[in-house]
Amino acid sequence: HVSAMYPSGKYSSRGPALIPRMKTKHRIYYITLFSVVLLGLIATGMFQFWPHSIESTADWALDKRSVHDAPLVRLPVSSPIPERGDLSCRMHTCFDVYRCGYNPKNRIKVYIYPLQRFVDELGVPISSTGLSREYNDLLSAVSDSDFYTDDVTRACLFIPSIDVLNQNSLRIRETAQALAMLPRWDKGMNHVLFNMLPGGPPDYNTALDVPRDRALLAGGGFSTWTYRQGYDVSIPVYSPLSADVELPERQPGPRRYFILSSQMAIHREYRAELERLKEENGEALLLLDKCSNLSQGAAPARKRCYKGQVYDYPQILQESSFCVVLRGARLGQAALSDVLQAGCVPVILADSYILPFSEVLDWKRASVVIPEEKLSEMYTILKSIPHRQVEEMQRQAHWFWEAYFSSMKAIGLTTLQIINDRIYPYAARTYEQWNNPPVVKWSSVNSPLFLPLIPPRAPGFTAVVLTYDRVESLFRVITEISKVPSLAKLLVVWNNQNKSPPEESLWPKIGVPLKVVRTKENKLSNRFFPYDEIETEAVLAIDDDIIMLTSDELQFGYEVWREFPDRLVGYPGRLHLWDHEMGKWKYESEWTNEVSMVLTGAAFYHKYFNYLYTYKMPGDIKNWVDAHMNCEDIAMNFLVANITGKAPIKVTPRKKFKCPECTAIDGLSLDQTHMVERSECINKFASVFGTMPLKVVEHRADPVLYKDDFPEKLKSFPNIGSL
Amino acid sequence: MQARKKYVLLGLCACCWLVLFYWGGGVQLRLLRLLTRHRAEVVRPWPNWTDRAFLPRYAHLDELQTDPGTAESPRQRRQAWSAIYKDSRCRMETCFDFSRCRRRGREGFRVYIYPSEKNDHVSESYRKILTSIGESRYYTSDPREACLFVLGIDTLDRDQLSGQFVPNVDERIRGYPLWNDGRNHLIFNLYSGTWPNYTEDLGFNIGQAILAKASLNTEHFRPGFDVSIPLFSKDHPQKGGEQGWLVRNTIPPRRKYLLMFKGKRYLTGIGSDTRNALHHIHNGKDIVSLTTCRHGKDWEKHKDSRCDHDNMEYERFDYQELLHNSTFCLVPRGRRLGSFRFLESLQAACIPVLLSNGWELPFSDIIQWNQAVIEGDERLLLQVPSTVRAVGNERVLALRQRTQMLWEAYFSSVDKIVLTTLEIIKDRVFSHISRNKYMWNSLPGGLLVLPEYSTHLAHFPFYYLGLGERASPGQEFTAVIHAVSPLVSQSQPIMKLLQVVSKSKYCSQIIILWNSEKPPPSRSKWPPMPVPLTVTDGKRKVSRFLPHVAIETEAVLSLDEDTVLLTSEVNFAFLVWRSFPERIVGYPPRSHFWDPLKRAWGYTSKWTNDYSIVLTGAAFYHRYYHYLFTHYLPQSLRTLVDRTSNCEDILMNFLVSAVTHLPPIKVAQRKQYKELPGPQGTKTVPWANPEHFNQRQECVNTFANWFGYMPLVHSQFRLDPVLFKDQVSVFRKKYKDLERA
Repeated sequence: HVSAMYPSGKYSSRGPALIPRMKTKHRIYYITLFSVVLLGLIATGMFQFWPHSIESTADWALDKRSVHDAPLVRLPVSSPIPERGDLSCRMHTCFDVYRCGYNPKNRIKVYIYPLQRFVDELGVPISSTGLSREYNDLLSAVSDSDFYTDDVTRACLFIPSIDVLNQNSLRIRETAQALAMLPRWDKGMNHVLFNMLPGGPPDYNTALDVPRDRALLAGGGFSTWTYRQGYDVSIPVYSPLSADVELPERQPGPRRYFILSSQMAIHREYRAELERLKEENGEALLLLDKCSNLSQGAAPARKRCYKGQVYDYPQILQESSFCVVLRGARLGQAALSDVLQAGCVPVILADSYILPFSEVLDWKRASVVIPEEKLSEMYTILKSIPHRQVEEMQRQAHWFWEAYFSSMKAIGLTTLQIINDRIYPYAARTYEQWNNPPVVKWSSVNSPLFLPLIPPRAPGFTAVVLTYDRVESLFRVITEISKVPSLAKLLVVWNNQNKSPPEESLWPKIGVPLKVVRTKENKLSNRFFPYDEIETEAVLAIDDDIIMLTSDELQFGYEVWREFPDRLVGYPGRLHLWDHEMGKWKYESEWTNEVSMVLTGAAFYHKYFNYLYTYKMPGDIKNWVDAHMNCEDIAMNFLVANITGKAPIKVTPRKKFKCPECTAIDGLSLDQTHMVERSECINKFASVFGTMPLKVVEHRADPVLYKDDFPEKLKSFPNIGSL
Repeated sequence: MQARKKYVLLGLCACCWLVLFYWGGGVQLRLLRLLTRHRAEVVRPWPNWTDRAFLPRYAHLDELQTDPGTAESPRQRRQAWSAIYKDSRCRMETCFDFSRCRRRGREGFRVYIYPSEKNDHVSESYRKILTSIGESRYYTSDPREACLFVLGIDTLDRDQLSGQFVPNVDERIRGYPLWNDGRNHLIFNLYSGTWPNYTEDLGFNIGQAILAKASLNTEHFRPGFDVSIPLFSKDHPQKGGEQGWLVRNTIPPRRKYLLMFKGKRYLTGIGSDTRNALHHIHNGKDIVSLTTCRHGKDWEKHKDSRCDHDNMEYERFDYQELLHNSTFCLVPRGRRLGSFRFLESLQAACIPVLLSNGWELPFSDIIQWNQAVIEGDERLLLQVPSTVRAVGNERVLALRQRTQMLWEAYFSSVDKIVLTTLEIIKDRVFSHISRNKYMWNSLPGGLLVLPEYSTHLAHFPFYYLGLGERASPGQEFTAVIHAVSPLVSQSQPIMKLLQVVSKSKYCSQIIILWNSEKPPPSRSKWPPMPVPLTVTDGKRKVSRFLPHVAIETEAVLSLDEDTVLLTSEVNFAFLVWRSFPERIVGYPPRSHFWDPLKRAWGYTSKWTNDYSIVLTGAAFYHRYYHYLFTHYLPQSLRTLVDRTSNCEDILMNFLVSAVTHLPPIKVAQRKQYKELPGPQGTKTVPWANPEHFNQRQECVNTFANWFGYMPLVHSQFRLDPVLFKDQVSVFRKKYKDLERA
């Protein structure tokens, strides 16, 4: 109320000024009236533009609703039935892409029909269970995701709220009629149905029997004959056990049993085959079955028995390296989910079965698929798999469960992501994104320059000289570099805003184009900006005081870079060390036997890394470097090593760069505080990267005939300095 | 009191308005919401039902865990299947006779080619296909041991209007005693159907045969059974093939044109919908989409108003130039779904933008196409420009490199296309000894990864970086010493070598390949060593590279008995190899060169400024190359090596460079290995023999011929220890031994 009063007070005080000639009586009347109006306006405004207050009350009303409050819909007997479903349906024939449209996020919009309770004319519901807990979980997850839209006109994909997860609880004909009654059904176009238990006795179809026109089916237990590749989505059969049982973390490795069979009611033919295997291989196999004489109260689903001995299920799955998942009447088995959760490698014996999410998941890395006919060879086949691979598969299996099987949310969102990837294939997730567990994602590298190319010599390289005001030294550097045969262009980055670069006539005359770029701010990162003037892919970054490098050394450096275009190839080598006393990283510029960095005071690298440095540097490193005016070279080494996983290459023995009489450690690096700062940089960057990406090596690159007993004049690079 | 009335009126109005707001606010609310649509869009999610915890499970645990079971026996069911699921519903389980491929691995997978009949006309392309199979390691001339059969009749062109069309195929194949309703047969086809509908019909009944066909439609494609192959021209090279056009990764990666198309515009008939619309996206600036009406005999009959103008514009641009200078290339369907331009743009590193709805992409079983092409939708042609514009530079860079990787791994020659087809089928037959998608889609490509060696990624030299911290090339190596001379004295070079190598802290075992007339000496004759020593038979020259089971480490140090080395040299080289596990890392270099006079490749052992070979008389490499050498290379080359007792090291270098596209690595060595023989050299060593040298010259040419190109690559550097021969204190140096003269 205070806020509402304030403006009215303000206006009333201004009142006299606005209407000075009015009589006091009228004035008071006017003011009161005006205040009332204003007050009202403000109050209304608050209501209008406080959407939460309105909506939350509405939501609150919604939240208080029970499933049984959902409106009842009576299906007339004669209500139309959809067609059976067309086996030739594909995205380009049965899916309306125009509904999805082009959007910058490349994300489909999904609409969920509001819940209705369908009954036939006699009032009997179409499903014995109605909405199941699992389907409710799935729909809630979808509605919480960014796929969701409540605007039916903008939706690309529609999810009916009719629960068809389990065909057994459905009345087929009536369910089909209910589907056809959906307001946007339109021959099932762009609709997706989730089903986990398809078919019914006696022949158990491998896809949902409910006629569904062109609707997509996300089904558990597809066979290759019912699965419309690239249209349907194969999903797992969710195991509710995983919600109830929390299995302890178990590291991959050899386990007590080699093969475990835990399914109940396996066909006697298979059982006989398994028994035979057990006879041959003894203790390595454990064949469990239903417990016949369990005490009262014990859940039979949680126990398994072998010759009177009782085992806990699913805990026992963690005791085996491989777990058999045999087909039953249906192809999809909930046991697969339990097995994966336990980190046991599933051995799948179900001919023609389309494995869950097989469109994107590489099951060869997490399971063994054996033709049913070869059940008798199972043991030999599994024994031939290397140990290390089994461990990898165990890890992968558990990860698949965690990411794609563990909840209805995971199953639902994965399905939508797969459909999303089909509609926006150019933005689809990659194989690595789908299949690499997070641990591998962090530690593995996916180099942006992965193709092994040795670029041609001809385009040459662009030398980028960062300078402030050391003109004399700069000119010397320019003159020296200009002698290098493969130099294509020289770019001087003039980092001094207070002083203009010397007149054009004063610059050394060289045979290649020389460009001067003036920067707006004196920042170190200017050296790594991907200037349009750099037209070659090879960049030589060089300081304005590096005068000792010979033409042969530079040319040789370029040749080495051509063989390692994805690395930093440079002259001054440095090392990082772990300081055990301090418990942190230390920078080392002594002449050591190892190298983990090359300084960009004189180094070749690919122009692409300029892009990465400028636009993709993790965390605040770039700004930090600019603020501290130091360590841009260390940052570059971190960046390149992190993305390629490779060490830099130090070329030639050269260690002194500025003057022959200089000591080991050059110029800037002389004082002790500087060294401390550099060490700090390494620690800072390592924490930002979350790891230490630098790789230590003990080699450097020299010309093939370097220091060999061979006439100097026949050597390509005779003039290689010694220190 | 006019004013007063006015105010009263005003007040009343205001009150009315307010009342309206409070009680009939719905109208305004709706109005307001309409006006501020974007802000007021309220996401009304799926409700949080109060009774959600009481909802029933979708299935009881018992129902999920206890299978209802069927009365039918699984065996009977499987037998019944093959009667039901055949012809257009064929799958490997029902239409393929696995019993013909019983033996494991390569032995089990043999391909037989029907002899062609005298007056048969076989097209150039089909002849190449048959040659590829005939020269492959899977070929057999004995139909009894064959797992797969390939017809001698040319079935590539089944367009009845074509000159290549072979009539009466149906009758002929039915006469073959081995036909067996097409079971285990592989039929290649590039063109099916004819004007006007271009159906998938081949004009004969293929029965249960596997179809390897270009332009396959997803609806007719039998997943897991057929193989979609790319359309290739009759000029497609048999072997080797042209390299991709991408030689450097320019930054920014965009080329002059964003998107290009140059081709026919069909005025009528199938495929005309898309081709007729292509000109709409032409903007004359960065998108060049040129069409011509001029094709076929009677194009002028259907000519429309655009034709003349288009035809003129069409002549202005050169297709090859556009290929080179465009970032993306449109690959729309033609009459059939696939077109030549698919492979052309792939090779040109011009990222294909596919507009061919329902095309089952080539080798779709194994290749992750979304990482190399942009899959468009014919229905959304007009979105294509904005789609490709939105592709970021990073992705362009990745897509482009991927086109090159795929081109060189699977498409650059008929050999590769045919072998990929065979390998895909073989992977299906032996599904538990097969490659995973990662192997197929990362360098060096599936053809060079033999699953019989291992199915575990970390066992190969190529995947360490991609696998992250869990995989490394190991901390130890196995030394394999090739011994030829009998053991007579304790001062023989091999004794010294054994000691030097066994002293290395990285050495885990030593294997001696005994290749001498005399039987190997007893264990006691060998010096005592800290590592296990195995002596095995190494009679043949190639046995040096046999995949000996005794080798347990990833790294192999291959040595000749007379090699002179220091322990520190070995250590240094091993550390270098750990940084380059996919390459050969060794000491003595050699080089190849093109001799324009002889028009042949030359080989030199002179000291040069570059090298392309390092001798395997002293070199580190990954043990997988032993396996590849023995099982990937053809018998003919291995026989040549055996017969001449020469060139095995050159062949190994060829192989590794063909796999990596990179040169080997030479490391620092104290003394020059095997100096050129002086005239006083009395000992007759094979390499001193000019005959021996000429043989090596020939070898280089024979090998290059088999590979179809020259895989060797030159390098100009060698790797030395960081302080090698530096004027710094010796005490600083870790590898000071290397510098002693």
